[in-house]
Amino acid sequence: MERNIAIPGDVVSDNIKMSGSGTYVHGDTVRASVYGLLNVGERYISVIPLAGKYIPCASDRVIGIITEVVYSNWIVDINSPYEGLLHISQYPRRIDSENMSKYLKVGDCILTMVASVDAGMKVELTLREKELRVLSNGRIVTINPTKMPRVIGRNGSMIRLLKSEIGCNMFVGQNGRIWINGSDDCIDLAIQTVKYIEDNAHTPGLTERVQAFLKAKEKTRYGKVHESRNDEE
Amino acid sequence: MSEKPEHFIIDGKRLDGRRVDELRSVKIKLSPLDRADGSCYIEWGRNKIMAAVYGPRELHPRHRQNMTKAVVQYRYNMAAFSVSDRIRPGHSRRSIEISKVGRDAFEYVVFTKFFPKTAIDVFIEVLQADAGTRTAGINAASLALADAGIPMRGLVSACAVGKVDGEIVLDLMKEEDNFGEADVPVAMAAGGKITHLQMDGHLTRDEFYEALKLAKIGCDKVYKLQRQALIEKYSGDYAENGEDAITQSEGDADE
Repeated sequence: MERNIAIPGDVVSDNIKMSGSGTYVHGDTVRASVYGLLNVGERYISVIPLAGKYIPCASDRVIGIITEVVYSNWIVDINSPYEGLLHISQYPRRIDSENMSKYLKVGDCILTMVASVDAGMKVELTLREKELRVLSNGRIVTINPTKMPRVIGRNGSMIRLLKSEIGCNMFVGQNGRIWINGSDDCIDLAIQTVKYIEDNAHTPGLTERVQAFLKAKEKTRYGKVHESRNDEE
Repeated sequence: MSEKPEHFIIDGKRLDGRRVDELRSVKIKLSPLDRADGSCYIEWGRNKIMAAVYGPRELHPRHRQNMTKAVVQYRYNMAAFSVSDRIRPGHSRRSIEISKVGRDAFEYVVFTKFFPKTAIDVFIEVLQADAGTRTAGINAASLALADAGIPMRGLVSACAVGKVDGEIVLDLMKEEDNFGEADVPVAMAAGGKITHLQMDGHLTRDEFYEALKLAKIGCDKVYKLQRQALIEKYSGDYAENGEDAITQSEGDADE
């Protein structure tokens, strides 16, 4: 499936009801507002941008890094123009405001969720949700947030492929940060694969290509690992 | 500096052999800078200009933040070595003016309301100057903004028109700019909306309208070049990474 490239100002439709993300309505036409790939759906026409920053949205799962501990709040870098605020009450259990740094200190990584974003772009985070936690091991890689959907794939197909083929644990944050845990070899391979996906995010047939990429890697570098796995079987 | 030539137009050809409605040769390279969010290098005749866009990003100092929209910051700077006489580095009266009109040229097109409290920084560095740097800078900035994924109404295309030997000509070069009778830089957003218009020198009302008409033709030509550059950036990737990549990785597997 080859997609057409849209350039800001391009007329993409005459039906203003079709205006999706990455487009705007001008008079009685729909025009592209970003430089990206044209995506013509049944109900909406949208343009998928090829670059851009992460703009927080309520209920997004993101990976954050603590940058500051202030009175009853942690300030969290969420790879965005806006900083995140984690209030002490949003920590899974009740803690005293005097020893906040005991639980989360500057530089700690958390898997968190955007609880709310107000009009002034104050971003409130929470850890009080299933699967949200402090990340104590593994590694984090950052990719362009606009490429993040390709790492997940349609209905999670790509991420499933990565997890099963590489045999590591992964979490993809909406903000373009990816947490990977497993053996060192697995993490290295996972990072290479994620970078490969990022570089080729705009090309068609990505899942098959990633499969081929992993196959090639497996034979050359991870022969040993694979053999020992076969023995167990 | 060179002497004033006796005639600018001889047998319908200008000093560098162009016709009156012809642009100088333009070369565009997208994303030459890795650390910028978007960038563009443009060679416009003998002008060499680098544009870089950063953002939207947090704006400091805080009091300059706008609670309802992003602030566009545009900095035009000429390198000390960009002209034959070394110019004093840093801001000058002229560069402050060009930064201001450059920012205004994008005010209408960028959807700043999507990114309250942030800054979108545009840097224009003129490495080599040969008349028409503000228009070439706007063209490069427009591509760098698109490359950074910033939502806009459309691209901004700019070119200058002027008057030499009593004739209206497109895209003035150095000699025509220095010794000509008028210089009118124009920037247009998609749809022909003028976002930048200045005039140096004298034109009658009729000449001015004629100049504007020619500028519209020039901006349309520039728009086509910009468009082509944006499409080529990724069509090249399709060719590079299309079928070949699969066969190549399979080849690796066999080894």
